[in-house]
Amino acid sequence: MEVNTEIKSTRNMPNHLETTTLEGRNKVLGFWLFLAAETVLFACLFGTYLALRHQSMGGPESSELYDLSLIAVSTAILLTSSLTSVLAMAKMNQYKLKAMLTWLGITVLLGLSFLVLEIYEFVHYVHLGHTFMNSAFGSSFYALVGTHGAHVTFGIVWITTLMFQAAKQGITRETAPKLFVSSLYWHFIDVVWIFIFTLVYLLGKVG
Amino acid sequence: MGTLLVLIVFALFLVAIFTGGYNKDLKGLLEKSTVWDWLTTVDHKKIGILYFFSGIFYFVVGGIEALLIRMQLVVPQNDFIVGDTYNELMTMHGTTMIFLAAMPLIFGLMNVVVPLQIGARDVAFPFLNALGFWLFTFGAILVNLGWFFGNAPDAGWTSYVSLALNEYSPGPGIDYYVLGLQITGIGTMISAINFLVTIINMRAPGMSFLRMPLFTWTTFATSALLLFAMPPLAVGLLLLMFDRLFGANFFDYTMGGSSIIWQHLFWIFGHPEVYIVILPAFGIMSEVISTFSKKRLYGYTSMVFASVLISFLGFMVWVHHMFTVGLGPVSNSIFAVATMTIAVPTGIKVFNWLFTMWGGEIRFTTAMLFALGFIPTFVIGGMTGVMVALPPADFQYQDSYFLVAHFHYTLVGGVVMGLFAGAYYWWPKMFGKLLNETLGKIHFWSFLIGFHLTFFPQHFLGLFGMPRRVFTYQPNVGLENLNLISTIGTIGMAIGVLAFAANVVLSFVKKEKVPNDPWNARSLEWTIPSPPPAYNFVQTPLIRGYDAWWIEKQAGNKSMKPAEPIGPIHMPSSTFVPFLMSLSLFIAGLGFIARENFAAGILGLIMFFITMFVRSFDRNHGCHIEPEEFDQANKGVKA
Amino acid sequence: MVSRKGIRHFLTVFVLAALALSGCAGNESLNVLAPSGTSAEKSLDLIKLSLFIMMGVFAVVISIYIYVLIRYRKRKGKDVMPKQVHGNTIVEIIWTSIPIILITILAIPTVKYTFDMANTRASEDSITIKVTGYQYWWEFEYPDLGIKTSQELHIPVGKQVNFILEGKDVIHSFWIPALGGKMDVIPGRTNTMPLDAKKPGVYQGKCAELCGAGHALMDFKVVAQEEEDFNKWVAQMQKPSPVQTASQKQGEELYRQNCLGCHAGTNPNVQGPDLTKFGTRTTIAGILENNEKNLKMWMMHTTDVKPGSLMPKIDYLQPQEMEALVDYLMSRK
Repeated sequence: MEVNTEIKSTRNMPNHLETTTLEGRNKVLGFWLFLAAETVLFACLFGTYLALRHQSMGGPESSELYDLSLIAVSTAILLTSSLTSVLAMAKMNQYKLKAMLTWLGITVLLGLSFLVLEIYEFVHYVHLGHTFMNSAFGSSFYALVGTHGAHVTFGIVWITTLMFQAAKQGITRETAPKLFVSSLYWHFIDVVWIFIFTLVYLLGKVG
Repeated sequence: MGTLLVLIVFALFLVAIFTGGYNKDLKGLLEKSTVWDWLTTVDHKKIGILYFFSGIFYFVVGGIEALLIRMQLVVPQNDFIVGDTYNELMTMHGTTMIFLAAMPLIFGLMNVVVPLQIGARDVAFPFLNALGFWLFTFGAILVNLGWFFGNAPDAGWTSYVSLALNEYSPGPGIDYYVLGLQITGIGTMISAINFLVTIINMRAPGMSFLRMPLFTWTTFATSALLLFAMPPLAVGLLLLMFDRLFGANFFDYTMGGSSIIWQHLFWIFGHPEVYIVILPAFGIMSEVISTFSKKRLYGYTSMVFASVLISFLGFMVWVHHMFTVGLGPVSNSIFAVATMTIAVPTGIKVFNWLFTMWGGEIRFTTAMLFALGFIPTFVIGGMTGVMVALPPADFQYQDSYFLVAHFHYTLVGGVVMGLFAGAYYWWPKMFGKLLNETLGKIHFWSFLIGFHLTFFPQHFLGLFGMPRRVFTYQPNVGLENLNLISTIGTIGMAIGVLAFAANVVLSFVKKEKVPNDPWNARSLEWTIPSPPPAYNFVQTPLIRGYDAWWIEKQAGNKSMKPAEPIGPIHMPSSTFVPFLMSLSLFIAGLGFIARENFAAGILGLIMFFITMFVRSFDRNHGCHIEPEEFDQANKGVKA
Repeated sequence: MVSRKGIRHFLTVFVLAALALSGCAGNESLNVLAPSGTSAEKSLDLIKLSLFIMMGVFAVVISIYIYVLIRYRKRKGKDVMPKQVHGNTIVEIIWTSIPIILITILAIPTVKYTFDMANTRASEDSITIKVTGYQYWWEFEYPDLGIKTSQELHIPVGKQVNFILEGKDVIHSFWIPALGGKMDVIPGRTNTMPLDAKKPGVYQGKCAELCGAGHALMDFKVVAQEEEDFNKWVAQMQKPSPVQTASQKQGEELYRQNCLGCHAGTNPNVQGPDLTKFGTRTTIAGILENNEKNLKMWMMHTTDVKPGSLMPKIDYLQPQEMEALVDYLMSRK
């Protein structure tokens, strides 16, 4: 067990630092399994939404509500943040701490702007009478998109935390697995969003 | 607001104790105490024991609830426990037995045994393991708090909506169910991931997948099932919580909701759940039968294949719980046929057990007796399982006592008997002492006879028109005698459980220690001392085939071949963070149940995330045990 | 020694089985094993077929089990080293394929019956009854005959009855064991189920899905009558019941003041059973025999008799007023 050793030089260091220790390998595998469970969780929320999406009970319907241009911007932002997160991981594997932190910072900022847009969107809907409580459609919409939003929020806090840790401790056998799984998580959120974009917004527009 | 203040004071008090800011001496005293040791342990064996005893405790609680139920039903039109109170008892009996008894008993054995069976020093995530246990414990307490504050959940363990909605179940009962199970569910999820990673990543050299003992295999299958089955339950509970606490409309049809969604989500979890609890019992059977027949498990590969197939099929059949919902003949037929196919891998298992014994040398220890009692009992349960899988027949069985009889044959005759077999078998490994065989035999026979006496008549009660979950029945329609017999039978089961309790107490009083391998067994856990030292293996063993220990014994070796030189062993540090995190969620749960603006609930959640955040910065990497300390550390867990 | 234990174990089971079948053989009015309708017969056919196949399987398993336990038990003073066999492909294939064959045998009639039993076609020879489940009583409406009643269902023998099942509050399940299987009554959803009765008689109906405190007492009766008797009943249900005596008149007034709100459906929150023809029924609240004494008892102690019942206790009337109310209700035939 050599988890405690700091890495002094980047020469002769492995390419995938996150899986050099057993702890790291466990963390990465465990996280993949966690994402599998998360997939099922979102699948259930999608199923619920698809079953209830026409039950607007006289309130505004999905085709009247959704503003695809706004959603397109959100989507672009989130997809870009996935790319910056990939770049951050690439920098991590080259042991370039500063560059990695920069890319992570951009990722977090993009995540934040996505969140701001989403909050704006929700506030707008509430003004139009589309709330969590007024119909099954509203409940299922906010449960699904809101759960995704909660995941984004958690991801932002998490990545920020890890940025502090990395800044303090450097890229080590201990921080690398953490950073790696947080980026996995971020990609996962992105993939879920792609499904939300198609199954909620595009399908909702079609009717 | 009062609750909130109490909670804040309580939280501050705890923080003061944990940080030593309150009294340094007290902190020192606390850290040396046994209670503190168990509260903060991350040792998989100790966590296993904690799970195991929690399971036994709730098994007794659920058993007492069952006895009260049978007392109410002993004569027609009895007025001992009626209406809502009966519904609370019946609901809590089911919820307790499934979530709070069967699951922790299984996790207990899995925790103690699986790392030992694969030659690992620990599980993959010791911290998460402890977290899983404490989440379970606090969730379990929350579910049961309803007995003391407000009312207990009363909509059945399935908690069908719309009965479980505010309008028809006012009071906090269902809230306890929803939030308590949500918290235990998170713990279960974490444990499942832990076991999967442990089994995939932590096997000793030479321990290939197809050399793993069957209990490890079934643990693997069960954990995989949990991984995919818990999220639907989590979503179901989340939606129910939204409906009850936050005015959402997922299940209220007047607002466009649908009560069928709950049934789907619940059973997508609920059906795999029955395989989640039965598969480890299958694993225990395989170990026990093989050991006490002195024979290699017959058809090992097909056993593994059957376990995996059962878990796969377990996800394809949930609609058979909903045949009478009116989903139409097409869906009913598809799910009926899918359900019947599960009989094939299950049949493979039964025949493999029989042929393991064939040509062997069978020793009738208590563990083996339970395994042997399991076979015919479970076969009856499996047969009625095929019978209820046929929709036209199921229209009659559904929600009748026939169904009650069926699932008790599988869950008591299968899971509970399997767990008893496992308890008698692994007790010496867990505590270094044997359970008494005479008491064990009293336990077995009274439990078995009592069980059949209780549940066999219930098949006929169902066929004679008695629906389940009724607090009474009318006289003169042919239901009296069978109900009476059924109630008498519970006495046998109660005596059996009392005998077991006496046996447990006796084993702790007893001084006599057992050797490493009291049963002449076959797998790795029997190569190390009973109870095992904290680090399990001095040297990681080299595995040369299935039944690794048996192979070495046959080759005349006294121990396993080591795969590494003797060296310092890394051990994780104890931590109170899992306890604190679980406590925070408990406070959150309680706060949401108490409603009152959810202030306490939000406080609990904040506490949870702060602990999690602080933990992320924690750089305690544990300690190393040096070779010269091995003898001293060899004392193992205190029983 | 061991074999005796094994045998004792199975003797217990079989004695129990015999006991169950002979000593307490159920009651014809709610017995799945004594079907009086086509649907129940089909269910029973399949129950029997599956039971016989399963008994065969059980016999095989138990024979091997008993043989193995006797033949291969550890004998005193002997220490055998069994041969460590791995398995046998042919044997394993056999016990995999035989269950597959058995399941196929079961699957064919299962699928056929599943489709048959879902078939509600309206024909000249069928009648339609709308069933609505409430906590904790049943409403039966004959849309073609303009009849609405509760707790007691009258059907003509030999005709297919197409039930339309609808829920209002929580999920119930409509079950008449002697006539056929059950079907859930779900709020916001309409289910259909065809049943018929082959011989006249009074059958018992149950609610089979947990629906709250009074679930155990949500019983109803099914009166299967020959066509002629059924038509008489229909005629009686369709003609008005005049108020004759002074006592009945007073009762009518009391009824209007105290009961009508719920029992005529004008109260939007609580719906009580229709009592227009209360005097024709054999039971009160589905569980008590219909006589004046029980009726008074029921009205005074509703929630004690049926926990969770939404009907408040009518214990504030003068004895004389009670008499008049009962008199009025009993005259509704």
